Amino acid sequence: MQAEIIISGFGGQGTLYAGQLMAYAAMDEGKHVTWIPSYGPEMRGGTANCTVVISDDEIGSPTALHPTAVIAMNLPSLDKYEPLVKPGGYLIVNENMVNRAAVRDDIHVLMVPASTIAMEIGNERAANMVLLGALEGNMHLLAEGALEGALEAHTAARLKKFIPMNIEALHRGAEFQAG
Amino acid sequence: MALELIKGNTAVAEAAMRAGLVSYFGYPITPQTELLEHLSARMPELGRAFVQAESELGAINMVYGAACTGLRTMTSSSSPGVSLMQEGISYISGTELPAVIVDVVRGGPGLGNIAPSQADYTQIVHGGGHGEYHLIVLAPASVQEAVDLTGMAFDLAEKYRMVVCLLLDGFLGQMMEPVVMPDFQPVRTTPPEWAVGSPDSKERVVLTSINIDPPNQEQFNVKMMTRWEEVEKNEVRYKGYYLDDAEYVVIGYGTAGRIALTAVRAAREQGHKIGLLRPISLSPFPTRAVDELADRVKGFLVVEMSNGQMLDDVVSIAARRVPVDFYGRMGGMVPYPDEIANAIIEMIQGEHDVNADGRAKWLAKMRELVGTGE
Repeated sequence: MQAEIIISGFGGQGTLYAGQLMAYAAMDEGKHVTWIPSYGPEMRGGTANCTVVISDDEIGSPTALHPTAVIAMNLPSLDKYEPLVKPGGYLIVNENMVNRAAVRDDIHVLMVPASTIAMEIGNERAANMVLLGALEGNMHLLAEGALEGALEAHTAARLKKFIPMNIEALHRGAEFQAG
Repeated sequence: MALELIKGNTAVAEAAMRAGLVSYFGYPITPQTELLEHLSARMPELGRAFVQAESELGAINMVYGAACTGLRTMTSSSSPGVSLMQEGISYISGTELPAVIVDVVRGGPGLGNIAPSQADYTQIVHGGGHGEYHLIVLAPASVQEAVDLTGMAFDLAEKYRMVVCLLLDGFLGQMMEPVVMPDFQPVRTTPPEWAVGSPDSKERVVLTSINIDPPNQEQFNVKMMTRWEEVEKNEVRYKGYYLDDAEYVVIGYGTAGRIALTAVRAAREQGHKIGLLRPISLSPFPTRAVDELADRVKGFLVVEMSNGQMLDDVVSIAARRVPVDFYGRMGGMVPYPDEIANAIIEMIQGEHDVNADGRAKWLAKMRELVGTGE
């Protein structure tokens, strides 16, 4: 099994962190994993994305032209990555941040009002976790509870108070199932 | 074994400390800065020396001084900074001193950009400084390999009293992967017998690269070359994938090598007998391995994030026994596996002309693919 996931959005939306959480969870499960950010001027306010590859075997390329799944947190990310998702793959979109539906019909599309849900549970910045929950709830790349476990294991002490909210965000996202 | 998820730059820094690094001198430059940043916090914690120099010239000459004590010292930089260090590297080599240099290569030439590249191969492998000297050059393809080779770099530098360069690229520097960190090694704090400040040296130690008398200099160079023969005998490292039944072999190192692995697997799934040779020591180069393959396979494809700098070495070893195709991206561009997979298919379906110029074929394609901007 190998999956390539691109998580893309504006800087500050937590795209890089969402990818790191996946990477931690995969590592804790004994899987091979790579996390590579886009880095450079775009880190300062432009688009930010990362690619996570999770595999049972030694990973070759840490990037993929046609990823298995994409989380698009804004319109530029949807425009850029929708055409690239591997047929049969997943496209998970923060519905609140785009003004159009996806056009592909050969992939699974989940339009998730992630910002709305995140605000309901206390902080708009948890939208990344809602989307990550939707991804994992559909693709089941990791063992049940792996992301929650990674949050507990790899969150710095001063941020631990946010764990329950992040876990709720993951669960709310997982309620969205692709048709 | 506790796994940690760490960026390549940070992992190399931590591994160097665990290998017994006593002093570090450097100057910040992207995409290498996390390496220096990590050491700036950690070295003082352990009572070791971290110095941010005024420039790369300052840093390499501070390394020169520190290396005269024979204690473990290093610097790190990225391409433009490493260019500035070349004079110092030649002096350190000419003084037979152990030192470790990390080059996290970025797109160029000139100031270029901060994206990943492998275009420093020629400068590092074939000597960017003046005079005849060799570096041992190690090129990891994963964060774990970078950690393992960092410890090895210090051991080899001491064993042969040479400069060892760890050649990374921005991709490896920025990528996070799970790693097992080695334990802390005992730190040597007493200079060895040949070094300045050694309690064991009987007379005053003079370490210099000046050798005014040409016959003496030549003798010294023969000694250095003889030592290099030993290195070539003992220190060749590479990893082969699917070579046993391979009819064609892709050759690539570092990031390009691991991206090629994905393309090789894809070609295998389509039934093509493709192997991958990933040089780990670029200097000494796995010449014999390439030479033996040239006797039994139908073709090579060299893949690099440069204009084909290692290509020249492979072409020279292949000696027109097999055609050598080339696929490269330049200027900070990283190839996708799909591009390399296409190049593999083109190689298989190609003319198999041993006299064909692989670089010229590739460049013609690149003019169509990306243009010249004119």
